Amino acid sequence: MEPSLVLKACFLLVPAVLLGCLLFSRWRWLARLPLAIVLGLVLAFGVAAWVPGIMDYLVSFCIMATIYSILSLGLNAQWGYNGHLNFGIAGFFAVGAFTMALFVTAPPSGAMAAYAQQWFGLEAPFLLGLVAAGVLAGVAGYLVAQPILHLREDFLAIATLGIAEIIRLIFQNERWLANGPQPLSGIPQPLSCVLERPACAWLPDPAIEVLSVLHQRDYGYLYLAIVTIALAVVYLVLETMVRSPWGRALRAVRDEEISAAMNGKPVKSLRVQSFVLGAVVIGVAGGLYAPYMVTIDYSHFKPLFATFLVWVMLMLGGSGNNKGAILGAFAIWAVWSGTGYVTEALQSALQDVAPDVASRMSFLRWAFVGLLLAAIVLFRPQGILPEKKRVSRFLKDVPENDS
Amino acid sequence: MAESARTLGDDPSLDASDEAVVQARDGGGMRSSRYVGGVLACVLAAMWLAGWYSGTSAQEMLSLTAWGVMLGGILALGGIGLTLCYGVLKFPNFAHGEFLTLGAYVTYGVVLAMPQSEPIWLFSFGWELILGLLLAAVVTAVVAIALDRLLYRPLRRHMSPLVLLAMASLGMEFLLRGIVYLIWGSDFHFYYSGRSNPALYLPLGLRLQADQLFVFALALVLVVALYWMLTHTRIGKAMRATADNPDLAQVRGINTEQVIAWTWSIGAGLAAIGGVMYGLASQLRPDMGFVLLLPLFAAVIMGGIGSAWGALVGSIIIGVAMQLTSAFLNPAYGPAVAFVLMVLVLLMRPQGLFAQR
Repeated sequence: MEPSLVLKACFLLVPAVLLGCLLFSRWRWLARLPLAIVLGLVLAFGVAAWVPGIMDYLVSFCIMATIYSILSLGLNAQWGYNGHLNFGIAGFFAVGAFTMALFVTAPPSGAMAAYAQQWFGLEAPFLLGLVAAGVLAGVAGYLVAQPILHLREDFLAIATLGIAEIIRLIFQNERWLANGPQPLSGIPQPLSCVLERPACAWLPDPAIEVLSVLHQRDYGYLYLAIVTIALAVVYLVLETMVRSPWGRALRAVRDEEISAAMNGKPVKSLRVQSFVLGAVVIGVAGGLYAPYMVTIDYSHFKPLFATFLVWVMLMLGGSGNNKGAILGAFAIWAVWSGTGYVTEALQSALQDVAPDVASRMSFLRWAFVGLLLAAIVLFRPQGILPEKKRVSRFLKDVPENDS
Repeated sequence: MAESARTLGDDPSLDASDEAVVQARDGGGMRSSRYVGGVLACVLAAMWLAGWYSGTSAQEMLSLTAWGVMLGGILALGGIGLTLCYGVLKFPNFAHGEFLTLGAYVTYGVVLAMPQSEPIWLFSFGWELILGLLLAAVVTAVVAIALDRLLYRPLRRHMSPLVLLAMASLGMEFLLRGIVYLIWGSDFHFYYSGRSNPALYLPLGLRLQADQLFVFALALVLVVALYWMLTHTRIGKAMRATADNPDLAQVRGINTEQVIAWTWSIGAGLAAIGGVMYGLASQLRPDMGFVLLLPLFAAVIMGGIGSAWGALVGSIIIGVAMQLTSAFLNPAYGPAVAFVLMVLVLLMRPQGLFAQR
């Protein structure tokens, strides 16, 4: 195997081992970790050895699917565990992404200042940007939740749909804020200097030697490792919270609000907490999306891509089940990417017959995902992996007899 | 209590238990209609003054107000259908905006296919648009009933909760919009591109197009006809009874499925006409229904869900506010203005201005 392929496989080890940890969660850590490492080695080097041609595509696919997984987990914290109908994922996603962009970029100077405007640019480190993205999205979530959340559940759907549109309109029209209709570009990628020549100063010489076989265009391998680690952290945090008494109180509020209130649970406060938690996670996903794209503008945050697909993902995977949320994200992103090929093939087939019809073929996917969501809601509303009713680890041995 | 109510009247609706839940969450914020109406009047007056201060002449502000009323008429056509569906079927139909788009585009197809006749009177359109309008209302109503039979009725049978119905309607929103994109493309269209449509000079310095007057007159006629239907005909009364209490209505021998079919066809038909009116007043865009969805919901919630008059009044308030603020704010923020007014009403009176309860 070429040295560059070996190195790429080493980068792929991170997501592969994490996948193994997720798959073998039935066993204790002593058995789980070796199993996960074996699976990771097999997967990563297997891909590098047998199908090296698709590796680059696989990586870019996995990065987007991982970011969608985080979005889907954030929605699960709101809808799956507390029943909030958030139709405004795009809004919180945009807040996170633009916050990240504003925090980590430098303010435009010199000739660029004539073309690009932004409110501020702090040149802050990536992690600080990520925290800020989460915090600001959480603040936005709190501000929406405060007047609306205690009303009928369908009002929240309408209000979040509205707030997402408004956030997008603001980013589209306010030039001073984030370059308005023009894209905001040059978002620095974390650790990108590792693959640059000359490499970062802090990197030891042997490491530079080893990494020199990779090019800058191979940055995706590194970023995939970063986003999967972020996904793992988000998953662990959410899973711990949901399995805690707090998480059970959330589910009680979702299922039987009056009984939960009667048992002394602070219903209103719990509802706001879960909504804000979800908004924070969605904001973090936005913060991961911006550096990957390098250039973002308002059109990335239209409801189809940023709200609707996430709903289809969560509903397919299984609302109320964090693993289902991740599974759904990967499955639907695969379907979405796959239909992209179908529509492209149709487009080139129709190009000679009816060129104006051919250019519209890409909209077939809209109709398709619309139908898909309707089918899920109609035939399997609980998703592929239904919610586990019993989550306490102290009740492991008691069989689960209710559906 | 919640348990018992759920086993008794378990349709996917907002029944007594849910009402109790909402009450338990927050008993405050219940102002009288008169209070809310006063606040809204003050807000509109403040918008008028703000526009005036920002350098728009009083005559132009008056014209903006009149345009706002016209826009309100268009919104009312969509909003009444939405409020009826919301009241009878108990879920927010996120696909309602697409009925407007579909109606507008079907009419566009008819106008393109027919030979162009001379414009009627001072209007910019000929008889083929009227024909297209009627056809679009029928087509959209058929589409709505088909969606109900294929998707919403099975969901009702499964006793699906309200949120699943809302989600299914969001799916239909994307399906219908995708179909409109597929058939007509993503370009903007006009019914009669290149035909001049001069504004009339009316007293008080008002400048209005004849089309706008037609739009408003038609909206008013349709709303009055609908109100008469709801209060005087058998099906209208059945509709109100079903909205009030579906189980009781069924017990009294009302065929609720038939009522629901009527609700869909009336709602979708009115929405289609509203879409044509909007296309006539501005232009045809595949995303027009989605852009109008937020103002529609704002109008419906402001007026009180299930109330036809409420939808009319709410639409006019929203329409006027959207036009007035365009004097000093980027017109792109129209949906934001509608949204802020909606939140304002929700804070003071969540059940809306004309709530039955």
